[in-house]
Amino acid sequence: MNSADIFGLVNDFLADRGIYALVLILFFLGMFGMIVCKNYLKKLMSMNIMQVSIIFFFLCFAQKEGGMIPVLDGITNDPSAYINPLPHALMLTAIVVSLGTTGVALALLMRLKDKYGTVEEDELLGRMSE
Amino acid sequence: MRHLPVLIPILPLVSAMLCLVFSKINRNLGKYIVICALTASLASSVGLFVQVMRTGESVHYYMGGWQPPLGIEFVIDEMNVLILVAIATVALFVCIYSQSFFSGKPKLAESDREEANFLDRDTWLEKGGFYALYALLSAGLLGMTITGDMFNLYVFLEIASISGYGLIALGGDKSVLASFRYLLLGTIAASFYLLAVAYMYSITGTLNMADMGMLLASHKDSTNVLLAVSMLIIAFGIKMALFPLHGWQPDAYTYAHPAAAPLISGLMSKAPALAMMRYMFYIIGVDSPYVGKALTVIGFLGACGIILGSVMANAQKDFRRMLAYSSVAQIGYIAVGLSLGNAYGIIAAVFHILIHAFMKSSLFMVIGAVRYRYDEVMIDKFGGLNKHLPLTTVTLVIAALSMVGIPPTGGFFSKWYIIMGSLESGHYFYLVVLIISSLLNAVYFFRVLETVFVNKDAELTEIRPAGPWKFELPLSMLVPIVLFGIIIIAIGVLNAPIAADVLSLGLPEVLAI
Repeated sequence: MNSADIFGLVNDFLADRGIYALVLILFFLGMFGMIVCKNYLKKLMSMNIMQVSIIFFFLCFAQKEGGMIPVLDGITNDPSAYINPLPHALMLTAIVVSLGTTGVALALLMRLKDKYGTVEEDELLGRMSE
Repeated sequence: MRHLPVLIPILPLVSAMLCLVFSKINRNLGKYIVICALTASLASSVGLFVQVMRTGESVHYYMGGWQPPLGIEFVIDEMNVLILVAIATVALFVCIYSQSFFSGKPKLAESDREEANFLDRDTWLEKGGFYALYALLSAGLLGMTITGDMFNLYVFLEIASISGYGLIALGGDKSVLASFRYLLLGTIAASFYLLAVAYMYSITGTLNMADMGMLLASHKDSTNVLLAVSMLIIAFGIKMALFPLHGWQPDAYTYAHPAAAPLISGLMSKAPALAMMRYMFYIIGVDSPYVGKALTVIGFLGACGIILGSVMANAQKDFRRMLAYSSVAQIGYIAVGLSLGNAYGIIAAVFHILIHAFMKSSLFMVIGAVRYRYDEVMIDKFGGLNKHLPLTTVTLVIAALSMVGIPPTGGFFSKWYIIMGSLESGHYFYLVVLIISSLLNAVYFFRVLETVFVNKDAELTEIRPAGPWKFELPLSMLVPIVLFGIIIIAIGVLNAPIAADVLSLGLPEVLAI
């Protein structure tokens, strides 16, 4: 196998599945952050990154080559000419849900900060057990 | 009559919106609206139960008249109608029970006041907010049970979770951290659920559960199904606190607001368990090779959870924390029941969802009542409880016996069905696990009963007065507690009709007896 073949394979992979690989990396980046970060605000931000990656995932598989925006334009009634609008509609709901979750989480963090003066996990647990 | 199914989640949802506004006018008005809405939900559920039983067919409701697979569908069949009635019952009676926590200031020592900061707040915002969140949680749980659409399940799951985070955080300072950790884990669960939906949607192009079941029949060995099944285990495993994913649960149950703890502990892990059963047996189907493997995993985790949850429960001094760890064990029974993969197993799992909802809520109502009168949660302070709170102790004894599994209480019969199922399918391992865990359950619940009846009376300081007519509690608390004790025995006595005439009619076709 020479270098041109390998280049071709990588090219095919990136053109075909590259976006999914990126989404996967984003997803695990978010989850890694939630596990590793000691600061609760950073944990929350990592959680948002994870949620965004799922939104991207839905939007990616809704696309198709040569698809138009899903508005009936009178030229064609063929459904294969349009991209699938349903995942977009679903993700609007998911965005609203993630907004709600983030709002609740920030409110909880404010209560923690008010009471204990910190959102660092180690300090917080130390002050709670006092 | 035709629109009964939609009333069940919609009425609590609307009442949650109205609750805060009306609480501003009068502090009690919002509460009454929520109670009325939950009563109507219970009435509609019972009406649907009668209808399903009389016609012998499942009820389908199409939202806005849009036929599936385009529109959202509500399905009520023999499997979920009982759980629906149970959720509506628990939600209504816990709501009635919760009222006393918001009236009358307790006589607390200054040092205890900080710990118990949930107790003496009864402004319109706190009262109205509590009942608004409560109604939202009920609406989410009721909706999750009856929905027939995969994305709609996600929405109801998140409605229930987000309002649950709020209710847990209301319980004082330690509860805020518990709630935040639950929020992080709950969001991971919801994300994995969405991914599972994405994998299934991308090969079938439908979101309706029945339609998905039909279309997936030709994709049983697809990699997408493998990924979806493993993600569903993580998603519902976190939500129902299956053993290695139960990290959020002890803190959340322990520190939740005492007025909402019965609902949270009794139901929040049960609706996802029912959804898990729906996915494994009705949508993907037990004849897919991956579901067989997934069920083995679930069963093994459940068995580990049964043993470790019981051992951890033995080590606890706080009654609430003991109950929380025993919940990990009890969820294990449901998981083991599902993993048997035969008719008895599914009946056992659903029966255990039903009975455990009542057992755990009544136990949390008992500890809430002790907290209401004496602000005490430690087991070693329970000495002579039967003299202070006689009727409450009766329910405590009934629920404890049911948790151990002594006939005629309901807890015995779900274990009985699990044993029958494991004998039928040859899983003798679960038999051993079940016997060991029953012994462990007996150890920790009899320790509580011993403290109550044998130990010398503990010194308790009364922080709130007893109820009228020499009753130990206000009637709004006492009636739900006593009623739940009766229901636990009633379910045990009626186990044969419940299993034979209701649950076995709703089994998936491949397993029908």
